[in-house]
Amino acid sequence: MSVITYRDALNQALREEMHRDDRVFIMGEEVAVYQGAYKVSKGLLQEFGEMRVVDTPITELGFAGVGVGAAMVGLRPIIEFMTWNFALLAIDQVVNSAAKMLYMSGGQFNIPMVFRGPNGAALQLSAQHSQAWESWLAHIPGLKVVAPGTPYDAKGLLKSAIRDDNPVIVLEGEMLYNTKGEVPDSDEVIVPIGKAELKREGEHASIITHGKMILVALQAADQLAKQGINVDVVDLRTIRPMDIDAITTSVRKTNRAVVLEEGWELCGVGAQVVDYVQRECFDDLDAPVVRVHQADVPMPYAKNLERAAKPDAAKTVAAVKKVMYLE
Amino acid sequence: MAKKKPDSPAPSEDVELRRDLLRSMLLQRRFEERCAEAYALGKIGGFCHLYIGQEACGTGAISILRPDDYVITTYRDHGQALARGIAPRAIMAELFGRIDGVVRGKGGSMHLFDRNVNFLGGHGIVGGHVPIATGVGFAIKYRGGDQVCVCFMGESVANTGAFHEALNMAALWKLPVVFIIENNRYGMGTALERASSIHDIYTRAASYDMPRGVVDGQDVMVVRAAVQEAVDRARTESTPTLLEVRTYRFMGHSMSDAVSGTYRTKEELEEYLKRDPIIVLRTQLQQAGQLTDDEFAKLDADVKAVVQDAWDFAEQSPEPPLEALYEDVLVDTTSDAHAEAAVAAD
Repeated sequence: MSVITYRDALNQALREEMHRDDRVFIMGEEVAVYQGAYKVSKGLLQEFGEMRVVDTPITELGFAGVGVGAAMVGLRPIIEFMTWNFALLAIDQVVNSAAKMLYMSGGQFNIPMVFRGPNGAALQLSAQHSQAWESWLAHIPGLKVVAPGTPYDAKGLLKSAIRDDNPVIVLEGEMLYNTKGEVPDSDEVIVPIGKAELKREGEHASIITHGKMILVALQAADQLAKQGINVDVVDLRTIRPMDIDAITTSVRKTNRAVVLEEGWELCGVGAQVVDYVQRECFDDLDAPVVRVHQADVPMPYAKNLERAAKPDAAKTVAAVKKVMYLE
Repeated sequence: MAKKKPDSPAPSEDVELRRDLLRSMLLQRRFEERCAEAYALGKIGGFCHLYIGQEACGTGAISILRPDDYVITTYRDHGQALARGIAPRAIMAELFGRIDGVVRGKGGSMHLFDRNVNFLGGHGIVGGHVPIATGVGFAIKYRGGDQVCVCFMGESVANTGAFHEALNMAALWKLPVVFIIENNRYGMGTALERASSIHDIYTRAASYDMPRGVVDGQDVMVVRAAVQEAVDRARTESTPTLLEVRTYRFMGHSMSDAVSGTYRTKEELEEYLKRDPIIVLRTQLQQAGQLTDDEFAKLDADVKAVVQDAWDFAEQSPEPPLEALYEDVLVDTTSDAHAEAAVAAD
């Protein structure tokens, strides 16, 4: 077991899977010579050469489509978006090509590929560079969507994504790349897609979240513990397909739920979680479910406004107290 | 690339070839005439875009290819699918929305795919399939193969960002892709001159320093010669080409608009009808004494029988079972069958 960064965990996953299968290649802006805009692909060009580590022009729609074409005829592309904000330019290829190809070809052409990159807000990057896209992407049948929040999950889910025979969206986080955690020194760190994990156990309430917000939830859990309130932190890890059993098991135990996400409220991932809870746990609930999310505004630049817009531990603590009728 | 005249003294294999091309184009024509009939009867639904008038483009280009080459195209895909050898029965059953359709009733007119003949689909978003073609070219080069990918599109695609991005990368990376623009003069109802600042579409390839050419798309032998040159360049030099093939759509854009419409005159249409690609080739063969009226009539009767057979087959094919609704959304990565397939692939 080593303690490594989220960035290095992703890098290990890429390297190991490229060794394992020569059909796997990575393509995107600055992935090769520059060693990755966030250094996730560091060293890969030197190790695997320019045919398998491919710098592209700034042309998201184009290189996303190149990945789809290569996947149609048997390769296993990893398409890196410098951030998911730029992927909006490529959304036609993600949605209309990658997600639909298997279905509209009557099962003849599957698309074994990965679209990955950082998602959500970092610090003071303002409106166009601070957006969490998971609810958009998870809406689409034909995709799988994962959002690892720890180095272990980052490595294990990226490896699963690369080995999957379907298009898989991997949502990373700029603020996560430097975070550290334990990862086994083994090639076989695999986290199955579609399985949530209980990151912390408690009995008073459940915080259901994913991705970067795991860190916020764990912070909130620490603060609550000091006040004698112990919470379950359910890390969805995969948004699509969602692990409904993990959600309902926790809520049936605690009878109270807070759903925390980085994105906006309307039609957010949390809305879907609440729907599962009301359908499956109606008689178990002791309070209405409360959601914590970004303020319903484009992300502002000023530090104080940005802080006000983002979900954080204090807002999460307040939400837990609300479902416990403590405030 | 210069326009090429077909060689006039035809050797015997050339006669055979021309007759095959004539048969293929005639099959496409008769097939689509029945599509229009079936659409009117409500047997075919949704969008349905006919290729009538443009048959020489796809037929000539595809006739150059090897079985292991790739073809990718737009939603106007029936003719090219037939030219590539997909069974008329499987296409008609697809159009009728039946289980024996080439994509099991999941795609319809716009989404014909057949892995057996490397037909990578009819794609419904204008420009969307052009980067995919570049990706197929990338995969060929990645594996060190000598196949070629031919990508068909209409002239309006040249105005999309996807086209620009895809051609830039294909030229930058020297990929074996032949981009064929079938310039039928209208993007739906908008004339080329009202949509593009450049009217010689093939010259756009200059932006990518890509070999380019323009040919008459109504003469199948002229199309063949031009595509042969481009395919050879792709196969032996791994260099892409942009080929503009000038043609004309004899029907409306889809089934919902009139044949001539508000955007073009009847006189213009009638002028182009004189250069029907089937008449052009038939006349060449007849003038060379290589086809009689009786032989043509027999050929026509043959293909009509094939189309009738496809129609009958489609009508008898069952609708997809309701279980099919949820099939093929994702590859099932949990089943034993999948694990076995993965082992076999490794």
